[in-house]
Amino acid sequence: MSAEDDAFRSEVRAWLATHAAGFRAPVERSNEDLVAASLAWQRLKAEAGYAAVDEPPEMGGRNGTRAMAMICAQEEGRYFTPMYTGLGIGRGMALPTIKKHGTPEQYVRFAKPTLWGEKGWCQLFSEPSAGSDLAGLRTKAVRDGDNWVINGQKVWSSWAHHADYAILLARTDPSVVKHAGITFFVLDMKSPGVEVRPIRQISGKSDFNETFLTDVVIPDANRIGAEGEGWACAMTVLAHERNGASGSLRSADAGVRGMIVKAAATPRGGGVALDSAAVRAKLAQWWVEEQGLRNFGQRVTAALARGETPPVAMMKLVSASKLQMTNAFLMDVDEYDGLFSGPDQPERDGIFYQYVWSSAMRIAGGADEILRNQLAERALGMPAEPRMDKVPFNELPGVK
Amino acid sequence: MSLELSDEQKQLKDQVSRLLDEKATPDVLRKLITAGTGIDRDLWAQVAGLGLLGAAIPEEYGGVGLGEKDLCVIAEEMGRTVAPIPFFSSICLAAEALKLAGTAAQKAAWLPRLASGEAIGTFAWNEGPGAADAAGVTVKFAGGKVSGVKSPVADAEIADVAVVVCAGPKLVLVPLAQAGVRIEHMTGFDQLRNHAKVSFDSAAGEAMEGADAHETLRRLYDRAAIYAAFEQVGAAESAMLMARDYTMGRYTFGRQLASYQAVKHRLADILVMVELARSNALYAAQVLEADGPDLAAAAATARIGATRAYEIAARENLQLHGGIGFTWEANCHFHYRRARLLALNLGSAEVWESKLIDALTTANTPAAA
Repeated sequence: MSAEDDAFRSEVRAWLATHAAGFRAPVERSNEDLVAASLAWQRLKAEAGYAAVDEPPEMGGRNGTRAMAMICAQEEGRYFTPMYTGLGIGRGMALPTIKKHGTPEQYVRFAKPTLWGEKGWCQLFSEPSAGSDLAGLRTKAVRDGDNWVINGQKVWSSWAHHADYAILLARTDPSVVKHAGITFFVLDMKSPGVEVRPIRQISGKSDFNETFLTDVVIPDANRIGAEGEGWACAMTVLAHERNGASGSLRSADAGVRGMIVKAAATPRGGGVALDSAAVRAKLAQWWVEEQGLRNFGQRVTAALARGETPPVAMMKLVSASKLQMTNAFLMDVDEYDGLFSGPDQPERDGIFYQYVWSSAMRIAGGADEILRNQLAERALGMPAEPRMDKVPFNELPGVK
Repeated sequence: MSLELSDEQKQLKDQVSRLLDEKATPDVLRKLITAGTGIDRDLWAQVAGLGLLGAAIPEEYGGVGLGEKDLCVIAEEMGRTVAPIPFFSSICLAAEALKLAGTAAQKAAWLPRLASGEAIGTFAWNEGPGAADAAGVTVKFAGGKVSGVKSPVADAEIADVAVVVCAGPKLVLVPLAQAGVRIEHMTGFDQLRNHAKVSFDSAAGEAMEGADAHETLRRLYDRAAIYAAFEQVGAAESAMLMARDYTMGRYTFGRQLASYQAVKHRLADILVMVELARSNALYAAQVLEADGPDLAAAAATARIGATRAYEIAARENLQLHGGIGFTWEANCHFHYRRARLLALNLGSAEVWESKLIDALTTANTPAAA
């Protein structure tokens, strides 16, 4: 870290200390409130030039370096600022992908309203028959002059009911190998033929949806990258999604220090729970993981700034499982009573929520098994499993 | 401040790595196990000649005067190759104890000899079963004489001097080549680092400095835990890559063993453990060099993660080799045994987990930023 970076870090810290406190993001906030607060916070950051530090001021930035942008994100990560998923998808996933694969005109057209907190996004990738095997998607896009006509069904589309734009993968050529026939689009969610049906989740909420696309028209100007280049775009999106997910997982985590305090205050057998060697061992292991993630994150920041590709997949892999285990522990520590919430136990609802939500986080944005494959193949250079799907898409079993 | 190595440290790492790859080969290790001497004198002389033993010893005492992180870099390479030399006993324990608590005369007498490799030092705290514990020490020091029994003591048979923890606690410097010292070889699980039972019968010793030996012992073991964590991380990575390479070269049912998810996922989990352990070790090294206030928590964090990574990597490496892994000619056994030694030589995981929780609850230790 250079002296300039250190100075910038102090500046960001001071600004956050003044402005972030008014934007806490508690779990129990309603979805509509969270959307409004997230967009307002985004606007405030854009005005101050912190919305996209490495962009020019008209994009909510200050023409800073990539390292400065990382510093800004790191410092904001110390606060619980509101960031509803639709904004995260836009900023963290859609924009970097459009920047890399789209034209400069497309980037400015979509980035500006996003960075200024005017538009939210969703991701129309997964389908009922295409989850971990995303390239098996069946939603069709057929060219019609300067437009594309889309038909199909998407699922797990988080926050689609609050979204203005969607990043969409659709099959434009079923006669080639499945990865080669996909194209990437930006869809205006207010277009005719887009129908969003909320899915009730085990959390009781409906953060994600089924999205039905019936004769939906997308102008060719909203195609990002070349026809058939959609898989490369999808890979860019997923890399950013995994990186971002680990950040939000870390900020969702109450932290092992808080768990130690809790265990030290929980009576057990004449003493406290923290007297137990088994409890100490678990807390110590989670602390070691938590610190490991933080320190690894610092190394990742440095490696990204050097233009390297560190194995970021491990951050989501570790933090999602840890979130599940630590919230189970917070129930365990109070024994039977730990399963009940009420006015005397206001923190329990948060614990229940995190334990339930962590199960989804072990699946979304790359299931644990997919991430392990990726680590083995990309970081360790191990071979992929032999595949049965290197034939034209329309000749695959289950498709033809 | 960066967690990364400086360019000079990367060069140092390369230099050590080249030497050890050439000299500490599996065949050399096998011969040493058969010979039972516990040291490759030729390698020891070369390591000394490159200034590696004196890396973190001040120049006024014949060292190179580099920082603790440089020592960490060297320790990592020692771990990677299971280098058959008493580097940890002599440099990471004895020399560090002298730096922390030696009198000016003791430092002048011993540090230059440890730095040159002419003398070997070791550290004696444990007394049979149970964790090293200042309150439980029975070896006595009175009137300049040490009496009692220490075991296990690493590298005692080849050491010239030992820093002995005596009741009080007091730290006492005891030359081992004297009539009042009896050294008996112990049959050790790790066959490459010899250990012995050392009996002192009114052996001449010299008290070291430091009004509060409790504090010195804590600091010494925190520092040693960080050096050991690097040794473990280097070793864990080596075991992981050994398993990766073996499974990539072996074909079963018509395809590479490494292409099965059952194999890949085990190695991916080990990669995660190694990378987190390395990150924690690098953070601890930074705290050590900066003499930061959270040394106890950072050291325990590094040790717990590195111990787990090495134990699992060493174990799974052997298992992934299948039957060949159980043979003398395959190289899995060096790590399989060494991982157990490094898991216990400074105290078990349970000991360090408890230390960590104590450090986090008694002091206001800041988390890594």
